[in-house]
Amino acid sequence: MTELEAGSTTGARRARPISPHLQVYKLMLTFVMSGFHRITGAVLYFGMLLIAWWLIAAASGPNAYGNFEWFMGSLIGRLVLFGYTWALLHHLLGGIRHLLWDLGLGFEPNEREFLALATIVGSISLTLIVWVVGYLAMGGPR
Amino acid sequence: MTESRMRTPMSRVRGLGAAHTGTKDFWHQRITSVAGIPLCIALVIIVIALLGRSHAAVVQILGSPIVAIIMLLFIVNTVYHMWIGMQEIIIDYVHEDKLKLATLLGNTFFCFAIGLASAFAILKLSFGV
Repeated sequence: MTELEAGSTTGARRARPISPHLQVYKLMLTFVMSGFHRITGAVLYFGMLLIAWWLIAAASGPNAYGNFEWFMGSLIGRLVLFGYTWALLHHLLGGIRHLLWDLGLGFEPNEREFLALATIVGSISLTLIVWVVGYLAMGGPR
Repeated sequence: MTESRMRTPMSRVRGLGAAHTGTKDFWHQRITSVAGIPLCIALVIIVIALLGRSHAAVVQILGSPIVAIIMLLFIVNTVYHMWIGMQEIIIDYVHEDKLKLATLLGNTFFCFAIGLASAFAILKLSFGV
């Protein structure tokens, strides 16, 4: 402590710099995608309740599975599932982006911007593709 | 930069820090993320394949060995991945000691419960008891 206080002759506490937080940064796409990765991760965390409900309902019997199907078929259920699909695919693509960085790739400014853009454009496109394929697999919208 | 006198040479050599696990969570998060890529793709395919099918058909497909094994791998991998992830979020944002302890415990309980319940359901579908 004596070393730290050596610069202060008056003994009064000097205002020390504090760590900057979210609001001081310019809103960049890479920064937003970083936030999206964490938020989608947290959403998927609670989304596992949906997976568990699905599996437990299937294991419980036709009535329980019917309740699950009724909820997932409702407008709210479809919105939840659509959100879950996007969160899963966004977190998946964001994760691949992080793995590329872990390998030391994609750190140039243009590469970072491309990866951030590819994450959001890719996740939205893939979500729409998955839903189109899903409806086609069911034989059209119901 | 002077090394604190409280740290022994052994602790510096081990490099595991105060939590005694070093970068274990970081590394395990990477392992489970790599494994998660094919498993998430498999989940999407399985869900699409089951859309609109009757309960009996869903039980048969989910309970078939390959699908059940993939689903079990997905569950175990995801639960571990999300346990580390939520722990990281809690450590970043929750600074009050008691609340931090409570949320960390809650995270562990939630992950164990959701993992065990899901795994049990898949095993029940497979063995058909």
